[in-house]
Amino acid sequence: MDKLLYIAMSGAKQNMQALSINANNLANAKTTGFKADLAQARSMQAFGEGQPTRVFSMTERASQNFDSGALLTTGRDLDIAIEGDGWLTVQDETGKAAYTRNGHLRLTADGALETSNGKLVMGEVGPIYLPLPVNNIQINRDGTIMVQPEGAPATAQEEVGRLRLVNPDVRLIEKGQDGLFRRKDGLPEQADTRVKVLGGTLESSNSSPLSDMTEMIALQRQFEMQLKMMKTAEEIDASSAALLRAF
Amino acid sequence: MNPALWISKTGLDAQTKDIAVISNNLANASTIGFKKSRAVFEDLLYQNINQPGGRTANDSEAPSGLMLGAGTKVVATQKIHTQGDMLTTDNALDLMIQGEGFFEILMPDGSSAYSRNGQFTMDDEGNMVTPGAGYLVQPQVTIPEDALSIVVSQDGEVSVTLQGQPEPAVVGQINTVNFVNPTGLEPIGQNLYTETAVSGAAQEGVPGLEGFGMIVQGALETSNVNTTEELVNLIESQRVYEMNSKVISAVDEMLSYISQQL
Repeated sequence: MDKLLYIAMSGAKQNMQALSINANNLANAKTTGFKADLAQARSMQAFGEGQPTRVFSMTERASQNFDSGALLTTGRDLDIAIEGDGWLTVQDETGKAAYTRNGHLRLTADGALETSNGKLVMGEVGPIYLPLPVNNIQINRDGTIMVQPEGAPATAQEEVGRLRLVNPDVRLIEKGQDGLFRRKDGLPEQADTRVKVLGGTLESSNSSPLSDMTEMIALQRQFEMQLKMMKTAEEIDASSAALLRAF
Repeated sequence: MNPALWISKTGLDAQTKDIAVISNNLANASTIGFKKSRAVFEDLLYQNINQPGGRTANDSEAPSGLMLGAGTKVVATQKIHTQGDMLTTDNALDLMIQGEGFFEILMPDGSSAYSRNGQFTMDDEGNMVTPGAGYLVQPQVTIPEDALSIVVSQDGEVSVTLQGQPEPAVVGQINTVNFVNPTGLEPIGQNLYTETAVSGAAQEGVPGLEGFGMIVQGALETSNVNTTEELVNLIESQRVYEMNSKVISAVDEMLSYISQQL
């Protein structure tokens, strides 16, 4: 059998995987703070008998698009978005710090601040707990959280904590299986006081439907070309068999 | 089968749920005391196909791996407890809470439910009740039969003027309740909510004091649904739905191309 067939098959398979990454970006077009995955293909040389002419492709999720998504104004006290670069720190299942741009926060019954997927939001020293009963929560631009103490007049505001905002180099962080970002080397990231938050706003997903759809069409056509190559391999095979029969 | 089909299917499912939430908001755009909901999306777990940092040769590692996301899902529908607008009706038994708080309503089974809808009426004994089902307002307030006018003060004190008496007589006190996390309340229909583990316990208080919203008589709180916002959300969800179904048809074409060509 011609080895061309296997190269074309691996191309078609990798196209399918790239398409899955694309489909995931489109499915998450409404997920708050979602960062679109970028698919890329890498050439992998196959060594074997004869000349080294065969190069397979391998699809990778190289990184994410770290552009900011559109900002949606919701007016809710506990909706925040990060302006420009920066990340919120949350506590993951193992108790370690992880980073997210999902600023969709809520309070638990014991006053802890958590994200919409139930991850505790970290402050300067640990998870943030607000004193109960709580009133008029306000999150300032620098991430400090102000509340109105019980029984105090409406103008009295007291600082109860500060969000741990970080701004690591995006080349140092990667997306984990739970969709949260972490440093590749596992080291903790220092808080950065220059990161600004916007209250009453959410950052929408940054997946771009236009580029995803275009990418999808390109992948689809490329897939068809791989199949064409497989078909060609079959034809070459059939004609060489026919040649043999002729003698 | 190809994962892209299932990934797009999660996208379609989530958008369908979102459209259901939007249509419920729009349907309740003129329900007094209604609080809009919003669907909260989350990305599903990622599946590791090639581990980043895996060995590619003796002395080299893959700089990046291949991880496929499994799509999206709606994790929660969240009630947004922002204040609705004020609708002035001049009806003595129309009450509105300006700020935080809920009216406490006694359910027929003896439990408590909570509401922001202050369109109260009286039953045959003069008790203040909810307009639809006629559940009693807690603490119970009974208006005497011969009352000429009813006044509810900002701090919830109910007083009536009686024939031949210059001084108004106090007949009751409407207290409101607050929750740590109103978003955690469970909506049960009829403009009522019930307490859950995450909402925190009900804290009763006097309106207008210590963070409790004050009561405004002769006014109602309109639904906080912003119809323009809902329509924009609807357009967005519809288009995302279409694009996800486009992926399904693209994968379908690719698969059918295989079976035709090979």
